Amino acid sequence: MATALGLTLNLTLPLARAAEEAPDELIRRLSMEVLSTIKADKDVQSGDVRKVITFVDSMIMPKVNFSRMTASAIGRSWRQASPEQQKRLQDEFKNLLVRTYAGALSQLQDQTINVKPLRAQAGDTEVIVRTEVLGRGDPIQLDYRMEKTAGGWKIYDLNVLGVWLVETYRTQFAQEISARGIDGLIATLALRNKNGAMTSAGQKKN
Amino acid sequence: MTLFSKAIAAAWFRGSLAGLVLLVLQGCATAPNTNPRDPWESFNRQVHGFNEGLDEAFVKPVAIAYQDVTPDLLRTGVSNFFGNLSDVWSLVNNVLQLKPKESVETFARVGVNTTIGLAGLFDVATDFNLEKYNEDFGQTLGRWGVPTGPYLVLPLMGPSTLRDTAALPVNWRGNLIGGVDDSVVRYSLTALRVVDLRAGLLRTSRMIDSAALDKYSFTRDAYLQRRRSLIGLNIFDSNSPPEERFDLPEPGNQNAPGGTSKPPQP
Repeated sequence: MATALGLTLNLTLPLARAAEEAPDELIRRLSMEVLSTIKADKDVQSGDVRKVITFVDSMIMPKVNFSRMTASAIGRSWRQASPEQQKRLQDEFKNLLVRTYAGALSQLQDQTINVKPLRAQAGDTEVIVRTEVLGRGDPIQLDYRMEKTAGGWKIYDLNVLGVWLVETYRTQFAQEISARGIDGLIATLALRNKNGAMTSAGQKKN
Repeated sequence: MTLFSKAIAAAWFRGSLAGLVLLVLQGCATAPNTNPRDPWESFNRQVHGFNEGLDEAFVKPVAIAYQDVTPDLLRTGVSNFFGNLSDVWSLVNNVLQLKPKESVETFARVGVNTTIGLAGLFDVATDFNLEKYNEDFGQTLGRWGVPTGPYLVLPLMGPSTLRDTAALPVNWRGNLIGGVDDSVVRYSLTALRVVDLRAGLLRTSRMIDSAALDKYSFTRDAYLQRRRSLIGLNIFDSNSPPEERFDLPEPGNQNAPGGTSKPPQP
């Protein structure tokens, strides 16, 4: 509730409207906000990971059910994880994704997003919102799986060029958990994020 | 037509030959927890390692140098030129898949780009809102119901499936560069095409480097999904059965440990 309130204050939208907003409308508005933020913010454009994380936390995460997303990628083992482990898994997974996409954000500057007509029934609580990123070159397919929650529609999986994010991590996470357990996976993700930080710092020097 | 059917026959022959060779390999590859889509995993991992080594040592450095040395305009021209040639093959496959709108648009693309676009150097068609519909023979087989078969990593060429591998010889026939008589020109064009493709993937491969815990299975799972989606098969649609929600307590076990219904907020 506190987050929902914080979000609506951020966006200076009435609470009621945020809760009733249709999923495709939400994606359209969110995409436009993200694009205009990228255009305005030089640090985000240059892929500054810390800035991108702040931006993602304030703007995108309130519209994502990230615990569902992480749990879905982890699978059955999620239920065996302690709340502390679950929190660490979410944090490291989020950092991994942010690091991965941070570099791509700058490319979004002169792109537009076309939200395709929503094919859903009135009472649906889970929908797929299909969009495409238009700019130079071929259009990039970008789809979202969304669920209706008490705090409005939330994203729980996304698809880039036909590839679903959660599905792509499922096998890798399962491999790691079966070899080294949940703590092993957390350690691998943390190490990956730390090394990634080193690499991106090294790249900036060039 | 005879040429075409011959090519298909050759493709199937080579495809089944590859299958036979790999069947022999299967003995050593089968482990108790084998991924059903990737029964030849241990063989594939070796080829993947070989390809990665080759890429790091040779192809990637050349692609980076190419990107650093040549002006943007020239590189775009090169990509457009090869893109136009591949549009010709996409046209054939769009027709084979009986896609009228896509066939007409692709035909118009090739026409416009070959003439106004100066032999394909400029992609004028995209500016005319003629969309690009990439289709290859593997997709055509898929469209007509040929299953993908097991995942297969090919030396030099990378991720594939048994079906896509079987389709390769046909794709090579359809590749207009392969029809160039002068072998020096043919090899030079092929080399340029490889460098052009690799340069176009530099950003993607950097992303995979940062995103993947295990590059092999990441690439495999992404590739298989991408190919499925290209022939119009999405893993999720409105008819998909509901997935088990691991973030919610197990049904009938409300107090399951760790089963938080509310996400811990940072």
